[in-house]
Amino acid sequence: MSERVAVRKTYKLFIGGKFPRSESGRSYLVQSSNVSLASRKDARDAVVAARAAVKGWAGATAYNRGQILYRAAEMLEGRREQFVALGIPGDEVDAAVDRWVWYAGWADKLSQVYGGANPVAGPYFNLSAPEPTGVVAVVAPERPALLGLVSVIAPAIVTGNTVVVAASPTEPLAAVTLAEVLATSDLPGGVVNILTGRITETAPTLAAHMDVNAIDLSGVTDGELAADLEVKAAENLKRVLRPAPVDHDWSVDPGVTRMTSLLETKTVWHPKGV
Amino acid sequence: MTATTTSARSELSELGRSETALRTFLHGLPGVDQVGAEQRAAQLGTRSIKTTAKAQAIDLAIRMVDLTTLEGADTPGKVRALAAKALRPDPADPSCPHVGAVCVYPAMVPYVAEVLRGSGVHLASVATAFPSGQAPLEIKLADTRAAVAAGADEIDMVINRGAFLAGRYKEVYDEIVATKEAAGDAHLKVILETGELATYDNVRRASWLAMLAGGDFIKTSTGKVPVAATLPVTLVMLEAVRDFRAATGRQVGVKPAGGIKNTKDAIKYLVMVNETVGADWLDPDWFRFGASSLLNDLLMQRTKLTTGTYSGPDYFTLD
Repeated sequence: MSERVAVRKTYKLFIGGKFPRSESGRSYLVQSSNVSLASRKDARDAVVAARAAVKGWAGATAYNRGQILYRAAEMLEGRREQFVALGIPGDEVDAAVDRWVWYAGWADKLSQVYGGANPVAGPYFNLSAPEPTGVVAVVAPERPALLGLVSVIAPAIVTGNTVVVAASPTEPLAAVTLAEVLATSDLPGGVVNILTGRITETAPTLAAHMDVNAIDLSGVTDGELAADLEVKAAENLKRVLRPAPVDHDWSVDPGVTRMTSLLETKTVWHPKGV
Repeated sequence: MTATTTSARSELSELGRSETALRTFLHGLPGVDQVGAEQRAAQLGTRSIKTTAKAQAIDLAIRMVDLTTLEGADTPGKVRALAAKALRPDPADPSCPHVGAVCVYPAMVPYVAEVLRGSGVHLASVATAFPSGQAPLEIKLADTRAAVAAGADEIDMVINRGAFLAGRYKEVYDEIVATKEAAGDAHLKVILETGELATYDNVRRASWLAMLAGGDFIKTSTGKVPVAATLPVTLVMLEAVRDFRAATGRQVGVKPAGGIKNTKDAIKYLVMVNETVGADWLDPDWFRFGASSLLNDLLMQRTKLTTGTYSGPDYFTLD
């Protein structure tokens, strides 16, 4: 019998629950693997997929979203060895799973903490409830490869947003492997979309895109680029999360700000009638 | 189909007189190579159209749109809003052309006519017991006359598929002739409903039948059955109008309708028109798209080309 030839993996994009190559056909080499080099058009396709997924994901019950995110944490745990083989320290994988579970737990709790009844001078109930803002573009932190990525995706989607993530250009393998985790987690296609490649190519398209509601610039290290992206984002008044400091410690308790920054508040007046 | 002699032309015009002659002619048409047609359509769909060519294609496609609403829930207000959109699809950009026509049910024609009068945008009305066509002939003709009287200058009729599939070609032919007469000066578009014709051979026969009977346009579908316009079906119809012009000297338009949802699809059709019948048909007088959601995607792509940023559905009207 002839010697077996190993099957090598091409790391593809994750758009609308599928793993397409870049529309441009380009790829680049990371850790001797081929990784797709996403184009502006891929970014546009990802936004279309993310927009299509908003209705179903935001409309799902908070309990259901929580269950799906717990399932994602289980899948992540199951692929621990695979992440370690990519060079992610075991501790970081554990921290990423814990971070994911922590955010999953918020799914059916955030609206109690962040919404509620407002005191008003009249015979009415006045209630405020947080709602997802819609499609969120995310520039993932360059490192830690996995914990950083989880720390920006989970808080955005737990409340019902959908995301288009520009993965770290230097650490894309963890991002695509996380996509494989999400693809087997009952997460509807399009809720998380991952683009690998140059930030300078995808981020400006996402920042200027009129159908994106918020942009998280956590992973932008170049101050000039960050300023340019903010200017572009102002065109349709996107919510903007400013870049994280270069020495930001992603392992500490993140607090709720990442979740609450990507919400809109709906306030309703209701006659008491009692 | 290259015979253009006067005798051949008169022979074609005589065909409608007898069932046998019509059947002999239609069944004598060469069969369609199904695999070949599908392969050709798929191949033409891979062309990449960029920058200035794309900008021209988008503007042409906008001018070719028959902006359509054919719902039980149509109201005067809704069709007026649609007509206003037809006149000025992108209110933010005066350089954006108007669409080819507005297409509505006969009952909605008067409301649209008020808005479109004198604008150059045509007003199409479906008629003849659309979409099934299963009604007595007098009712179909009355439907047509009412639409024209109310102000429609284009009539989208459906053929009698029941009769066609049963092989009663003369009946189908006579109905088209009668509807053409009832429509008077209005342009007659003949809907073949290709999704119900089952084979490309039938599509070719129905195309010829509609053209022989005097149709000014042949249209693929009503949009009310699961299979609407496809590229191969449109290819077969384009070949039919090409051959018909070669045989008779009369040019007939083509309108794919239903299922064309985005700019990429529309451009594929335009490529196919250019490659199959040539630039003579690349004009709103000879090629139309029956669509509603297509227009918004064309406008979004147009905005992308003029401003450089991708737009979103929030910035365009819901139809």
